[in-house]
Amino acid sequence: MSAPQFTKLTARCVVLPNTDVDTDQIIPARFLKVTDKLGLGEKLFCDWRYRDDGSPNPSFILNQPEAKGVQVLVAGNNFGCGSSREHAPWALVGWGFRVVISTLFADIFKGNALKNGLLPVVVEPAAHAALVAARAKDPNLPVTIDLEAQTVAWPGQDPLRFPIDPFARSCLLKGVDELGYLLGFLTNVEAYEAARV
Amino acid sequence: MSQKSRTIFEKIWDAHVVAQEPGAPAVLYIDLHLVHEVTSPQAFSVLKERGMKVRRPDRTVATMDHSIPTVPGGYEAADELGRLQLRQLETNCKDHGVRLYGLNSEQRGIVHVIGPEQGFTQPGMTIVCGDSHTSTHGAFGSLGFGIGTSEVGHVLATQCLLQHKPKTCEIHVDGQLRPGVTAKDIILALLAKIGAGGGTGYVLEYTGAAIRALDMEGRMTVCNMSIEGGARAGMIAPDDKTFQFIAGREFAPKGEAWDKAMAYWRTLPTDPGATYDKVVSLDAGKIEPMVTWGTNPGQGVAITAPLPDPSCVASAQERASLEKAFAYMKFTPGKPLAGEKVDVVFLGSCTNGRVGDLRAAAQLLRGRRVASGVRMLVVPGSQSVKQTAEAEGLDRIFKEAGAEWREAGCSMCIAMNGDQIAPGQLAVSTSNRNFEGRQGKGGRTVLASPLTAAAAAVTGCITDPRTLIK
Ligand code: SF4
Repeated sequence: MSAPQFTKLTARCVVLPNTDVDTDQIIPARFLKVTDKLGLGEKLFCDWRYRDDGSPNPSFILNQPEAKGVQVLVAGNNFGCGSSREHAPWALVGWGFRVVISTLFADIFKGNALKNGLLPVVVEPAAHAALVAARAKDPNLPVTIDLEAQTVAWPGQDPLRFPIDPFARSCLLKGVDELGYLLGFLTNVEAYEAARV
Repeated sequence: MSQKSRTIFEKIWDAHVVAQEPGAPAVLYIDLHLVHEVTSPQAFSVLKERGMKVRRPDRTVATMDHSIPTVPGGYEAADELGRLQLRQLETNCKDHGVRLYGLNSEQRGIVHVIGPEQGFTQPGMTIVCGDSHTSTHGAFGSLGFGIGTSEVGHVLATQCLLQHKPKTCEIHVDGQLRPGVTAKDIILALLAKIGAGGGTGYVLEYTGAAIRALDMEGRMTVCNMSIEGGARAGMIAPDDKTFQFIAGREFAPKGEAWDKAMAYWRTLPTDPGATYDKVVSLDAGKIEPMVTWGTNPGQGVAITAPLPDPSCVASAQERASLEKAFAYMKFTPGKPLAGEKVDVVFLGSCTNGRVGDLRAAAQLLRGRRVASGVRMLVVPGSQSVKQTAEAEGLDRIFKEAGAEWREAGCSMCIAMNGDQIAPGQLAVSTSNRNFEGRQGKGGRTVLASPLTAAAAAVTGCITDPRTLIK
């Protein structure tokens, strides 16, 4: 069991401008009958990504040539709302994403993402718009996310600080496993239980 | 504890913090962990990899609901992958000594229906489940919230979770609902006001005369959809209605334990003078039957009101979002939804699959028929709901009207079990999510109350139920 780690990444990005993207779009419910995490990347955004006959929908961002090898998803406001399914970050990670940048993430999605080494980066609307504009000019725009410094930057944009829960940050930087951390409190848990009866 | 005035949320939170290190989230104790087949297999695998057992099987309850068939036939009626997942839950529960309401149980049902029904859900508890609608249990004055599968593993292993304290928001609903307007309309009206992300980071506490006037089922409907505004949880302070609902249920405290529990439960309501980080007010008397027109539950309007017109919206982002929803739903901006032709009506789910919901719809359907060309599916929230409804003869009303009467399950709320709508079809549904494809790939969903759903079934188009109420 290795805990996910994240330190610094420079990678290309794609933009999915839609607001309120729910986890049913990220991974539709019919793919949740699995008992492991394998193969979910294939189904990421399935109903937007493929046409009814199963062929790739050429106008969807992930099917465009410059999407090959991108690791950063620039998403619209309130990304990951709806169902608590952790299959959503599993599918994003399975596809190859390591960072999602948005102006707002749904709570449960954000927690699930962090536990899988998928970094949710929150930026102000103006910065988000600037990033989208920069990417429109340069499809190969490299974006740099530095978790130690808590910054995101791209050519023409000085490093911008983004907020992140300090505990999640330190877990990701050091590769600390949250369950391992929790297990360290078992004596406290026993004392708590004993005191409550 | 300090003498400071506290909200019900703060009281429950404070009572469950096991430890808190500086700069780290609280270690929060979980009283009740509900488990279902879809979000638990990978969590049990983590336990297995680490050679661990479920720490408190006595605080863990499992059920099968999401992918199960709603036609008789048990496992044989499920598809192969679904069957494997159900068998996996059965094995996991057996290996760890966890109580399971399996396919053959007479009490099985949707996890958020059976928790309260069996008396597991009680005021003051912390309740979690790998399911976002765990907010339902807040109707009893408990703190219930959805978690991911990694966290399901954390709770199975330690009975605790790492949690940051959310902010609080009071949703004050004053006044009195008018006839034909229900709990579902309150929550859809709230969501239309705050939007699909408007509650993010908050625990909502619903207060006010209109909330007090709701029965426990209505309160569950309201709390259930708190997550559709992005809220961490929704809560309602317990009162005599709450206690009466719980008394006598199988897992409710009895005798001396009941008295002790009651004494504690009475201390839970928010203290006078306690403050919230935010307050939102609604006037119940102004709420009309609501319908959603778009692709998230915040995109709702009164059934008599015109749909929004994207061309009149200033913000480019909001305009794009409305346009995308209209493109998918194929409705006309600026026109009311009433009169739109309907293909399917779904009555069920953890939002509106309780016996009161079935009664309300049956009353409107009694002596009427489901319009020709419309398919109506009635799926009780639990087998107990089904038995009660059958004892009252509700099943006969539905069947005589031409609706399908099914076994309990999530069914067409999530469309994992074969109950689904076809591409392009329009469903009026009493469930909680109108996301693209939620009820079947390419399908279109209008969320509404059981009354509005029944009215659509009878007329074959979206209809204000008040025109049909006898
Ligand atoms: S009825 Fe729908 S929302 Fe409720 S638990 Fe089942 S799938 Fe989830």
